[in-house]
Amino acid sequence: MHEHDVLVVGAGGAGLRAAIAAHEEGADVAMVTKLHPVRSHTGAAEGGINAALHPEDSWELHAYDTMKGSDYLGDAPAVETFAQDAPDEVIQLEHWGMPFSREEDGTVSQRPFGGLSHPRTTYAGAETGHHLLHTMYEQVVKRGITVYEEQQVLDLAVTDHDDVEDRECHGVVAYDIASGEIQGYRATNGVILATGGPGQVFDHTTNAVANTGDGYAMAYRAGVPLEDMEFVQFHPTTLPSTGVLISEGVRGEGGILYNDEEERLMFEYGYANNDGELASRDVVSRAELTEVNEGRGIEDEYVHLDMRHLGEERILDRLENILHLAEDFEGVDGLDEPMPVKPGQHYQMGGVECDENGHTCIDGLYAAGETACVSLHGANRLGGNALPELLVFGARAGKHAAGGDMKEAEISTGPSAKSEAGDLSEEVEIGAVDAGNRSVAADGAAIDAGTVVDAEVQRQEERVDRLLEDEGVNHAQVREDIQQTMTANVNVFRREDNLVEALDDIREARERYQHVAASDPSRTYNTDLMHTMETRNIIDIAEAIAVGALAREEFRGAHWREQYQERRDEEWLKHTMLAWNDGNPELYYKPVLLEAEKEYEPKERSY
Amino acid sequence: MSTQIEQEQTEEQTEAETAEPAEQSPQERRLSEKKARAEAREREEQAREEVRDADDTVQIKVFRYDPEVEGKSEPRFDDFSVPFFKGMTVLDALIYARDHYDSSLTFRHSCRQAVCGSDALFVNGQQRLGCKTQMADLEGPVRIEPLPHQDVVKDLVVDMEHFYEQMEAVEPYFQPDELPEGEREEQRQSPENREKVKMSTRCIWCGACMSSCNIAAGDNEYLGPAAINKAYRFAMDEREGEIQKEDRLEIIEQEHGVWRCQTQFSCTEVCPKDIPLTEHIQELKREAVKSNLKFW
Repeated sequence: MHEHDVLVVGAGGAGLRAAIAAHEEGADVAMVTKLHPVRSHTGAAEGGINAALHPEDSWELHAYDTMKGSDYLGDAPAVETFAQDAPDEVIQLEHWGMPFSREEDGTVSQRPFGGLSHPRTTYAGAETGHHLLHTMYEQVVKRGITVYEEQQVLDLAVTDHDDVEDRECHGVVAYDIASGEIQGYRATNGVILATGGPGQVFDHTTNAVANTGDGYAMAYRAGVPLEDMEFVQFHPTTLPSTGVLISEGVRGEGGILYNDEEERLMFEYGYANNDGELASRDVVSRAELTEVNEGRGIEDEYVHLDMRHLGEERILDRLENILHLAEDFEGVDGLDEPMPVKPGQHYQMGGVECDENGHTCIDGLYAAGETACVSLHGANRLGGNALPELLVFGARAGKHAAGGDMKEAEISTGPSAKSEAGDLSEEVEIGAVDAGNRSVAADGAAIDAGTVVDAEVQRQEERVDRLLEDEGVNHAQVREDIQQTMTANVNVFRREDNLVEALDDIREARERYQHVAASDPSRTYNTDLMHTMETRNIIDIAEAIAVGALAREEFRGAHWREQYQERRDEEWLKHTMLAWNDGNPELYYKPVLLEAEKEYEPKERSY
Repeated sequence: MSTQIEQEQTEEQTEAETAEPAEQSPQERRLSEKKARAEAREREEQAREEVRDADDTVQIKVFRYDPEVEGKSEPRFDDFSVPFFKGMTVLDALIYARDHYDSSLTFRHSCRQAVCGSDALFVNGQQRLGCKTQMADLEGPVRIEPLPHQDVVKDLVVDMEHFYEQMEAVEPYFQPDELPEGEREEQRQSPENREKVKMSTRCIWCGACMSSCNIAAGDNEYLGPAAINKAYRFAMDEREGEIQKEDRLEIIEQEHGVWRCQTQFSCTEVCPKDIPLTEHIQELKREAVKSNLKFW
């Protein structure tokens, strides 16, 4: 049994920032991570970090853009905290030696990004995330923070009180990938979930293979509601064959989208007459797919993104990484020809419900980064807002978990924040998600803080033994079926019959999952077993997304519904919550907070 | 065959050129040129595909070893036949083999876009990232082994512990003398200096360089190209303090540091991020000499 004040699960951007912040508060902090920290998917982020650094810019403008971009589903206290803290976080990174791109006078460069009223995206070439990840890991090494690497966290050790708000998190249980051992980790102060996104729920995604949303699923099964899961961002420029991301920086620098008639589609078909290629990501993704669906796509699949006119010098200075990606993964020379692009799953706006200090409704349990839903991005995230999010809220979660002095949160969480019960017009048997719940944290484990970690260790040992010893279904086919049905039915365009079909497929996958087993019997580096356990998480998250999408009968941000072609503020200005109560998920809503220091009046989003 | 293709292309291009209307905006002209190029490329690709093997499968020979499982504790190679598709990478082939033939086949991989550094492998006798190596560029059967000179944990997974220790031995973190005064004041860096350290900051810690290095293979304490490159990243940054720079030079000057490098360039050759590693090591040797001279 390992014991620390604060445990951070996941060592990408949010986890590293949280660990540094907790360490600065004087806590004994350790990170438990499925990968080595520098393998985290934050390293694949390309575009940049938004922060109002310029004297003519302001946090108020950044907050306003973020609220507008969110289609008024962001909570104002989260959005304002974010915009206020972001500049300090960027300067902090700069002081840690992050190799930002520079202006002639040596200051940090900023460039325009979609949906921003001022060029406030700081960047390091088109590999900003790589530099951010490595710079922060350097700081973790400098501080001597303990990192338990290649440890797959299987579940949280949470007490079993009936009321979720009485539950406490005392640690986690992890599977040592190299040795196959199950290990308990006790946290005396708090556990911070920073496990990244769940892109593997879809089969065309920019996300890494490791991004199976483990944190979402573990928090959900322990009783924390998942918030606004129907809002999935599809990035408009991913390479068709692999899903590799082509940064929004290309459009920020002036890249142009063409259809197969060689028309500048964003203008010629009127998708965004004001902002063209730099309209919000949801707008551009729909525009591209509409072109393809109406027969103006190239090879009936994609459109072209052209950056040749920017000139070799500028491309090499600011977008060099894009040239390598297009060359290596699509065989296209971006200096000489346009790049093929299509929308791909990129980011989950929703996530584990928490307040602006990262705290969830379970005592001692925090979430940060993409795993969390504060909520900052609402119905649509602006490009360049993910990296400052993981800095700002990673730091706050770390500080709070370490017992730092913080202002009380304005965002309320948990069942007591509930405003109304949800209602699904379509019958989906919401209670049916219970199958295969033998690893639910809160099912009679313990109330006694002293034994809760041990009890969970024992439960996970039994689970792993069973998966290794039994004969059963291979996870790979179950996972693939989920990914395919999600891409076919819960993609950019959503229709009721498709959503119901996806839910049926997910239920069927859940049935089959009850009979899975790893066919590799080894205790040494058993990736078959790892992926089998991840698939469980993928099923739970896919279901939360599909249920949320079916329930929300309106068109807002990234969520498009065929039957409902407008934003319906009177009915739907509220967060979709899905809570797992002893295997009986409950759909409910909570109000959006549109007022903090400033008040944000919902307006029509126009580009 | 290739001559024929070329001829067709020329004819097509001439046709396209003559058919063009006299008045064309620069954009239209550029776009029609692009279209012509795209068409030519498509024809080339089609031809290449036809020429390629009659059956569209590729063969891979994969190193297998599991200390724990009977029948696998003696190292061996397994052959897999994998359906080929255009753009298929070594990683794609491995994933196919694992998901369709043998789910115990073990290898590290995550981002599959050459940035996480987890799938460095020894492919047809060279260190490469599986995710960015096209199967079409390799001679078959493609032989896939774990990185040489590192302990094998299982199949293609090697123990990276030693590599990480060496990376951390050079104190890989920024240590400026003092922070700039004033609220939100940056430590300005000239674009030229950023350009100087740029390549060195691209390292993804994949370990390919270390595995390719003969010296590292013979001297377990040698810092190795990646760690020395990490030292370069800070030593050459104009914002680092003088004392820290000297300290770091001392680390890389020690017995198992830069002087061990025999400039064989194998690290530079295999680096998937094109970092001029050997050059960086040489430059640090010069810096080390200069800094020693100062004290004489």
